[in-house]
Amino acid sequence: MDKYRIYLTGVGGQGTLLATVVLAESAIYAGYNVVASEVHGMAQRGGVVESTVMIGDIKSSIISDGEADVLLGFEPLETYRAIRKCSAGSVVVSNTVPVIPYGVAIGKGSYPDVDKLLDFIGSKVKRLITIDAQVLAQQAGAVLSANMAMLGALAKSGALPVPKEAFEETIRTKTKASFVETNLRAFELGLASQ
Amino acid sequence: MHPLLTKETGKKFLLLGNEAIVRGALEAGVAFATTYPGTPASEIGDAFFRIARESDLYFEYSTNEKVALETAAGAASSGVRTICSMKHVGLNVAADPLMTLAYIGVRGGMVIVTADDPSMFSSQNEQDNRFYARLSSLPMLEPASCQEAKEMAREAFEISEALELPVILRTTTRLNHCRGIVTIGPLKPPENKGAFEKIPSRFVTVPATARVRHRVLLDQEEKARDMAVKSLFNTLTGEGPWGIAASGIAFNYVADAIKDLGIEDKVRVLKLGFTYPFPDVLAEEFIRSAEKILVVEELEPFLEENLKVTAYTNSLSTPISGKGPGLFSRLYEYNPGMVREVIARFFGVDYTRPESIDIKEDGQQVQLPIRPPNLCAGCPHRATYLAVKTALKETQTEAIFPTDIGCYTLGILPPLECADFLICMGSSVTSAAGISKATGKKVIAFIGDSTFFHSGITGLINAVHNKHNFILIILDNGTTAMTGHQPHPGVEVAPQEWDKPSISIEAVVRACGVENVAVVNPLNLAKTRKAVKEALGSNSLSVIISKALCPLYERRVLGKKTKRLFEVGPECNTDCTECIDTFACPALYKNPDPHGTTTMIIDENLCIGCGLCIQFCRKIRPVKVSRKETLNG
Repeated sequence: MDKYRIYLTGVGGQGTLLATVVLAESAIYAGYNVVASEVHGMAQRGGVVESTVMIGDIKSSIISDGEADVLLGFEPLETYRAIRKCSAGSVVVSNTVPVIPYGVAIGKGSYPDVDKLLDFIGSKVKRLITIDAQVLAQQAGAVLSANMAMLGALAKSGALPVPKEAFEETIRTKTKASFVETNLRAFELGLASQ
Repeated sequence: MHPLLTKETGKKFLLLGNEAIVRGALEAGVAFATTYPGTPASEIGDAFFRIARESDLYFEYSTNEKVALETAAGAASSGVRTICSMKHVGLNVAADPLMTLAYIGVRGGMVIVTADDPSMFSSQNEQDNRFYARLSSLPMLEPASCQEAKEMAREAFEISEALELPVILRTTTRLNHCRGIVTIGPLKPPENKGAFEKIPSRFVTVPATARVRHRVLLDQEEKARDMAVKSLFNTLTGEGPWGIAASGIAFNYVADAIKDLGIEDKVRVLKLGFTYPFPDVLAEEFIRSAEKILVVEELEPFLEENLKVTAYTNSLSTPISGKGPGLFSRLYEYNPGMVREVIARFFGVDYTRPESIDIKEDGQQVQLPIRPPNLCAGCPHRATYLAVKTALKETQTEAIFPTDIGCYTLGILPPLECADFLICMGSSVTSAAGISKATGKKVIAFIGDSTFFHSGITGLINAVHNKHNFILIILDNGTTAMTGHQPHPGVEVAPQEWDKPSISIEAVVRACGVENVAVVNPLNLAKTRKAVKEALGSNSLSVIISKALCPLYERRVLGKKTKRLFEVGPECNTDCTECIDTFACPALYKNPDPHGTTTMIIDENLCIGCGLCIQFCRKIRPVKVSRKETLNG
């Protein structure tokens, strides 16, 4: 059986951990073995949130540098920062909308040019897919659904053996009932975005 | 119904390591659970807290880990199955009862969960708590996966009752916060009615009893060793001239590395899950079968030294390595790539590390802005720190700031920089006494409300009694915020289902004998600053209770909605950036548009309307909430 290592990164509040669970449950629904890992604790306080999902015959729950098959970046600077996890064979799916770090917001340091960040990534990896998850989520009806739009783009990429129906079923059964419709819309918009 | 109470035996669920531990305990019929919250163990207690509402299980958040362990010990000595969970440093707090509880043992099965934190994701040290098993002579299990965490949690109760000893279940962050597929077993209903049998010759550890009981403990330890040798958690698999011994999370890296390197036919693996007492007979068989042995374990060379002792005892000269230059470190957590590489190097296997993308190759990048965690917008701790800083500035006073463990430790960050000394829970109050006595300088110590109940009170009594002179500021935000808003004994504002009495921090402080006590709302800057100035002028021990609810707790647990916001008026078009230079609320930021009408902007998605900023800047004013609540909710 093939093995897939997915690294997820974003900023506290972006819903990366829910996306992690939905991805993991979707892979299980599709019949795969799954191990996932999360870093808890500082998520609420504006810090970086990193998590992993392993699909297939893998016991280790974390990913060493150069070993991610897929990088799902919820914020462009964090996608760039996590690019050490990738190799030339990796697929990267990144949101293009920045979350400005506090230091930058108060005038200490500057946020790098997003296009340049993504150009560098695009020149180094097998495939780079970018989406404006915020716009898609707004179209779907709630900015909080941006994480589902990201999963839509991931499903579309074909980088993983998890069919879109598995994601849809998981979103229906594992996300908050009042958000299911919006989440599904955001997922479909992500799916249609490329 | 709580999902962990599912009766779907045989079904597979994706569970967090901590949830798997809870499920395992429920399958063993655990009836009594205690904890003090601490990352990475917190979700264990939080799950029991919710489960206790819908089952016969008793659960409590105890005031600290020593209290939690002793309370659990009382129940276990009465024949009830108990579990007590804590983070690794929590076991230091509970070390006193642990050591003698081992002498008297238990009657109902008892499991002590200690969650270590290699790499210190959210801890002050990365001590290896496996040594507590050796120190106390208690049996220890170390799971490698979520499934195993559930099996071990259940089995630990059986081992505990067979030996009449508490069993240590030792985990690390990557197990606690890993998610894996777990097959559910049948639930066992909790038997929560115990009976205490008076056996003073066992349970009252006067020296004459203790001397007898220590002998009993050592006898039980040897029985436990036999159990470890035969345990299904300890396995010897594979055939080949090379040997690898591993335990815990590191075993997973070993198992994957052996496949990745294609050396399945060359290696014998000793996987240890029942790691104390050390299964020497099994280890001897392993050592005899190998030409050379590599030990893969995070942190200290615990298994490595035991293997070496076993080799020496049996006059075996097989090379056994683990920690050392070119091999493994005693520092930080491991990862799959590192383990694969060391295994390849040690056994001389051809291996090229995958080439990772290096942003240093990107000529355009100089330095990436970092994203450190920060106190939230509207956090009352920031307001207290601002009051302290301005009071000191206005009185031209310098002060030293011992601090404590909680969200407020983030006060270390600029521009607040209100943290100078921290070692453990409660150390603010006590170190303040030592620093002020030794230096004669003004000392202002900070401690949170939950930490004050945990271990601040005895230090405060000591300070009164020994006439120490410093200022203690108790940052009372009405909850244990950092670990996920668990209640504590001082909780006044709580969800309806929380029906426990509240212990007044002010009354406790006064009862400790403190005469200078002020209670302030930190969101009132002038009054808080005045209280700090008065304390600075008093020249005796002063306590300021700075009391305002954690806004995250208000929103999430109590359901409070933001009613007002603030905005920067057009008169803010100067070079002034004082608000961010001194206060640094994350909702305030510099206008990125050089032609913008204002210098500063308030992010309406982050502002929660605490109103602190208008108290030091007249250019800021309130606005009505017009946006959708979903943005902030």
